[in-house]
Amino acid sequence: MNRLWSVLRWREFPVAAALVGLVILTYSVNPTFLAPQGVKDLLLNATILVILAAGQTLVLVTQNVDLSVGSVLGLTAYAVGVSFATFPGIPIIAVFAIAILLGGVLGAINGLLVSVAKVPALVITLGTLYIYRGINNAWAGGKQYFAGDRPDSFGNLSVQTVLGIPLITLIALVILAIVAIYLAGVRSGRDLYAIGSDSDAAKLYGVPVTKRIFAVFVANGLLAGLAGVLYASRFNSVGATTGAGMELQVIAAAVVGGVAISGGVGSVVGAALGGLLLTTITSSLTAIRVDKFWQQAVVGALILAAVVIDRVSSLRMTRRLRVSEARNV
Amino acid sequence: MALLRNARRFLVATAATTALALLVTGCSSAAPPSASGNASSAPAANRSITFIPKQLNNPYTDVVLGGGKKGATAAGFAKSNVVGPLEANASSQVSFINAETQAGTNVLVIAANDPDAVCPALTEARNGGAKIVAFDSDTNPTCRDLFVSQVVAKDVALIQVELIAQQIGGAGDIAILSATANATNQNEWIKYMEAELASNPKYKDIKLVAKVYGDDADTKSFQEAQGLLQAYPNLKGIISPTTVGIAATARYLSTSQYKGKVALTGLGLPNEMRKFVKDGTVTEFALWDPAQLGYVASFAGKALLDGTITGKEGDKFTAGDMGERVVGANGVVIVGPPTRFNKDNIDNYNF
Amino acid sequence: MSEVLSAEIGAGRSTATRVLTSRGAVMWYLVLAVVIVLSLVVPRFASARTAGFLLLDVIPILMIALPMTLVIITGEIDLSVASTAGLTSAVMGMLWARGMNIYLVLAVCLIVGLLAGAFNGFMVTWVGLPSLAVTIGTLALFRGLALVVIGDNAVANFPRGLTTWATSKIGTTGIPVFIIIVLALIAIFGVVLHLTPFGRGLIAIGYSKEAAEFVGIDVGRAKFYLYVATGLVSSMAGIFWTLRYSSARSDNASGLELAVIAAVLLGGISIFGGKGSIPGAVAGVLMIGVINYALRLQRISDVVLIIVTGTLLIASVVGPSIFEWLSRARHDRRVHKDLTITANTPLSPAS
Repeated sequence: MNRLWSVLRWREFPVAAALVGLVILTYSVNPTFLAPQGVKDLLLNATILVILAAGQTLVLVTQNVDLSVGSVLGLTAYAVGVSFATFPGIPIIAVFAIAILLGGVLGAINGLLVSVAKVPALVITLGTLYIYRGINNAWAGGKQYFAGDRPDSFGNLSVQTVLGIPLITLIALVILAIVAIYLAGVRSGRDLYAIGSDSDAAKLYGVPVTKRIFAVFVANGLLAGLAGVLYASRFNSVGATTGAGMELQVIAAAVVGGVAISGGVGSVVGAALGGLLLTTITSSLTAIRVDKFWQQAVVGALILAAVVIDRVSSLRMTRRLRVSEARNV
Repeated sequence: MALLRNARRFLVATAATTALALLVTGCSSAAPPSASGNASSAPAANRSITFIPKQLNNPYTDVVLGGGKKGATAAGFAKSNVVGPLEANASSQVSFINAETQAGTNVLVIAANDPDAVCPALTEARNGGAKIVAFDSDTNPTCRDLFVSQVVAKDVALIQVELIAQQIGGAGDIAILSATANATNQNEWIKYMEAELASNPKYKDIKLVAKVYGDDADTKSFQEAQGLLQAYPNLKGIISPTTVGIAATARYLSTSQYKGKVALTGLGLPNEMRKFVKDGTVTEFALWDPAQLGYVASFAGKALLDGTITGKEGDKFTAGDMGERVVGANGVVIVGPPTRFNKDNIDNYNF
Repeated sequence: MSEVLSAEIGAGRSTATRVLTSRGAVMWYLVLAVVIVLSLVVPRFASARTAGFLLLDVIPILMIALPMTLVIITGEIDLSVASTAGLTSAVMGMLWARGMNIYLVLAVCLIVGLLAGAFNGFMVTWVGLPSLAVTIGTLALFRGLALVVIGDNAVANFPRGLTTWATSKIGTTGIPVFIIIVLALIAIFGVVLHLTPFGRGLIAIGYSKEAAEFVGIDVGRAKFYLYVATGLVSSMAGIFWTLRYSSARSDNASGLELAVIAAVLLGGISIFGGKGSIPGAVAGVLMIGVINYALRLQRISDVVLIIVTGTLLIASVVGPSIFEWLSRARHDRRVHKDLTITANTPLSPAS
């Protein structure tokens, strides 16, 4: 158990080190980077990506992928806008519930197609990426809802802070903790790693693979729904193009944070750090006044670096296991 | 044997491809001439007009198109359509132009995302007999018949510089948050702004330190505004000559410590900006009545079809309720003067 | 017992039947059917203009779909194709703006594509990384490099001769001249995949990498060549895109990779690898292109287009899954029946 924990911690080390190094470097060039407003902005920017990355981790660990999260976020954010406009005075908690449930339903559709029809998740979620975006367009048309259409108390969730941390970030941290504990400690969470490493072996061992995979997609949908609500709180407009293109950013955050695309390894903490690193890069580059055009190229290089590190570490792991097994013979 | 089997499979495919090509070509030669959409020979009662804005997902555009539809009905068009991409993208506008050319639409009213990328498609439409009216954002003058501009470009620029100078007390660093880097109207206004700042002695203490582009996308504009204040902590004011940009920046400023400390002005829609004017984030901004822009464009299209005008300087035409309009240099028609909005008059407007 | 079962396994269907009922052929029948139906139902669809506009729209996707088919058949994937095209476009614009000779520019762009593909190939084959992860990384990296190269600018003044040639048509048929190059590519990739041992080897790699290695196929080298080919063709698509729209921008061809993959999967190529055909891929691209074009001609909103693409994609993979499940159920039932029959008959000398 001890060795397991040390291995897990080691996996997140590169991304954590990169993040700390980046922050120190930027601070030394431009101290306003860590001023209260700067820190607040960093955390707010990362919040939505972190929640999405946490959900995506659940999916990636089981050797699947969910490309439809951007479209799900768009739909749920728009649903929030519509709710506030159609039912003035609706309690905020009800809006949260509506968005999260909608996300869960959309995730369930994905889960059903992947687990029961046994079709590769890449293809299914590519299709639902299109379909959900199409539904968003059909529903919204050219209409957008703005911050002024939503009650101030809702918008203030992104403004008010507790101990310098914005409220929506606190929500995200709580969610993160729950998912992390689930993956690391709860039996059905550990099963996900088994499914991702070798799903046939997991099935033979008695893990209910179909049920778990379905649950994972539903969970990812619920989290995407939550991200949609927080998006609506933070940003100004929600409409037909909200969230378009976010899915690759989310997967990048997870991959950079040590979650392998081939499944079986990775943690939510790593994905969260990856998300934080990616959003920090954008702000860093602007703060150091480096041409912001470098941002995407840097992100791409980081992803490749993360994948290489993952490969190197898994090769070393395989060799170590082989050696230790040979010794134990 | 295996080679033969695969060769057979390949022949099947080749045969099918040839069949498809022949089918399409055959149909084309069999189709009567009117099927390919000869736009110029449309009888007066059967005219169609299509609006192609920069993007559909834009409240400002919606107001313009509302005016345009009203103008189209008043000008006697039998059919008016609106098509366009959901994101402000140059190459996707081309597919819509092509579809209209094929449909034989008589007048195309287009706001270009990129003045040159849409030119080949527009030229093809013109060869088919359609009249091209550019509005809001011009195309290359060689591929359109007229450009209907909301206001004199220079006036728009000057008014915004004047507002920001007032709001920052005449001295300090300012930045511009624009839309897409290639939008013709944006670049023209920015050019005039920079010239004015450089030449007018009243503005000698004001320095333009940055220009960033929010692509008329809410999230991106929001993040660019954030970046501006991080990179230039001494920034005193931001000019955002785009309704999406000014709204996103206002949202950021009003939720941050910069509210009331950093001035914000530009071009905004009263309905979107009302909240921010009332809570003090924005003191004053400008615009015009976008509906008038669409309305005049429709009548310009009618006049071109009728042959009343050809787009050269000095041509006159009647724009319905808006009265007579004269074509200026380079085929430009001006609609009217800009309006300023502040907390005293913002409740009088509903767009 | 063996008599009964061997009669079941039997000789199978004839070659002709197998070819004509293969997934690729079925897709072609569907495409032809759709074209016929649309020609009758949608006005102005059957014309030379359709051939022109549709094929011009579809050419970049069609080109990239060819090497993508081979890549997916070997069990890999390449998500960076659109970014390679965008990078090519950016390099093209930047070099042309600096005044380099246009043919030299084109040559440099092709080299850029080769290098990009080689980088992908190196990472996947030599370093041994999963292709999905690598190409997500290079998707961001190449697009980022495009931004670094050309920034927010757009270059539009490409030589008129070249840009007109890119959109010119063959005589009066309306079919673009560039199609000849595309047909040549289809022929090359089709021959390689279906008629050469190398192509057969690719299919073997898709079925089982280990088995292919044991048979003597150099898996690493094969995949490397495929990625280089993909990079080269992507840069050709980028060049075509730039010339067609006469506009080099960093966001050209953005998002194209998903359209290519959707079309290829629709055409019957299995995402697991080991199954698929070039004619099938071409049919998939045409199917989506034709339906999209017809809907746009009817001014049906982009919304419906997107939903149609997504539904087609899901149906195309869920359908065979269901079909396979049904046929397996039927087979199981038949075997079960035979086993109970033979179990009840006394042992005969023949078994």
